[in-house]
Amino acid sequence: MKISTFFYTLWQGVRNLFRNGWYSLASISTIAACLFLFGLFFSVVFNIRNILLTAEEAVSITVFFNEGVSDTRIAEIGDEIKGRVEVSEVVFHSDEEIWEEFGSTYYGPDYATGFPENPLEGDHNYEVFLSDVSMQDTLVNWLQNKSEVRKVNYSELTADTLTGVNSLIAYVSIAIIAILLAVSIFLISNTVRVGISVRAEEISIMKYVGATDFFVRAPFVLEGILIGLIGSVIPLLLIHELYDYVLSYVTDRFEILSSMLNFVSIEEIFHYLLPVTLIVGVGIGFIGSLATVRKHLRV
Amino acid sequence: MADKKTIMRNRFVDENGIIFLDNVSMNYPEQGAPAIDNITLRVDRGEFVFITGDSGSGKSTMIKLLLRELVATSGNVYVNGYNTKKLRHGQIPKFRRSLGVVFQDFRLLKDRNVYENVAFAQRIIEVPGAQMRRNVPSILSMVGLAGKYKSDVRKLSGGEQQRVALARALINKPSILLADEPTGNLDPNNSWEIMSMIEEINEMGTTVVVVTHSPEIVNAMKKRVVTMRKGIIVSDEEEGLYINED
Repeated sequence: MKISTFFYTLWQGVRNLFRNGWYSLASISTIAACLFLFGLFFSVVFNIRNILLTAEEAVSITVFFNEGVSDTRIAEIGDEIKGRVEVSEVVFHSDEEIWEEFGSTYYGPDYATGFPENPLEGDHNYEVFLSDVSMQDTLVNWLQNKSEVRKVNYSELTADTLTGVNSLIAYVSIAIIAILLAVSIFLISNTVRVGISVRAEEISIMKYVGATDFFVRAPFVLEGILIGLIGSVIPLLLIHELYDYVLSYVTDRFEILSSMLNFVSIEEIFHYLLPVTLIVGVGIGFIGSLATVRKHLRV
Repeated sequence: MADKKTIMRNRFVDENGIIFLDNVSMNYPEQGAPAIDNITLRVDRGEFVFITGDSGSGKSTMIKLLLRELVATSGNVYVNGYNTKKLRHGQIPKFRRSLGVVFQDFRLLKDRNVYENVAFAQRIIEVPGAQMRRNVPSILSMVGLAGKYKSDVRKLSGGEQQRVALARALINKPSILLADEPTGNLDPNNSWEIMSMIEEINEMGTTVVVVTHSPEIVNAMKKRVVTMRKGIIVSDEEEGLYINED
């Protein structure tokens, strides 16, 4: 293929976009609306997931030891805990440290008065943070089977609730994203199909004159790609601009939420949303136009 | 290796017939009777042939077979040395570039101007830009549209649109011009102008096949007339006349 032919087909693709202004507008609007909904939902789910992850990270279990267990053995057990797959972080609290914190909180700076000895002696413990809250039971069982361990404090309810909500969010979001994508693909390919059916005559004329399939197809496919690209850039820009505005509105309006919730930055969301949206938009434009032109090429 | 019969037939087609329909039948699955029923027809290089007949006689099917829009159910269709039955999908564009085609409804690219419609035929065979810029005005002058090269084809009269279609069909210097009811949508004056142009093109050596149901044109031009009825050729006469069914 000559370079002039290549540029001619490119130019035709761009011109098609403007020649069929209403059709292009309808296609771009459909793609933009579908991908905007998709992006909106993705942002919300991403934030919920992040909030849940933050909550999960705060869930910890506390491990107490029997009297008489040596410091060396406690340190060994600490290392064993650290090596577990369920564990993200282990913090050792000595009984002096605990008494100091507890005493100063409840009795003030003179907490030691009247307590010649540490009343919490022997309560040194490990505070264990989990990498995945759903694995809490496995870790607790393992710890409880250790002869040196006196007691394991944990909240079954918190872990179960977080695990349940997490799974629910995962399933619901996968289902909704799949439905949104399916609806988008259906609507977009339908719009592309209608647009190209209108131009079936044009395609047949080109074929009668002796145009190759590539010559006929290339401008349409390029047009589809451009429609997909524009249709995906618009919702991305909208979401980018709206996100910070909505976030500052929510944190201003509901101040209590801002201290409790940790929202994800738009950059983090775009790390995933940008490529997915562009691939879906351009992919739908490309595949939709390619498949539909193919039908009309058998002339 | 081709058998003797095929070699002989190819030589025959090559030496004598630019178009050769060899015992051709065409059946549409949804129709009971064949649209074309075992016809044999030869058109020689440089000939001018009218194909006439009433609706359903099979003349449009014949044009579709010659264009390789359809493939014969049985028999072979030879055009310009190609056996259309043996053409692969990828070879069809090259085959069609050796033909010029004009339709009753003009079939112009409506979103392009006169120049672009004609130039399109050159673009697909990748004619260099400079040459194209010489060829297109030249052919537009020949069909009397030199001054309208920038016009929107939708704003042209029927006669002018058909001239654009004719210019597009001829710009690549095809050896055969197929015209399917070229005057079907035109008034008598425009019809005669178009037919005169087609005759001139024929006089320059292009083989012309015109499908028509216009007795006035057929009778006035005194060319070879092939008359079809219900899928068969009922008459084939040099300087023939239009035969009405009744």
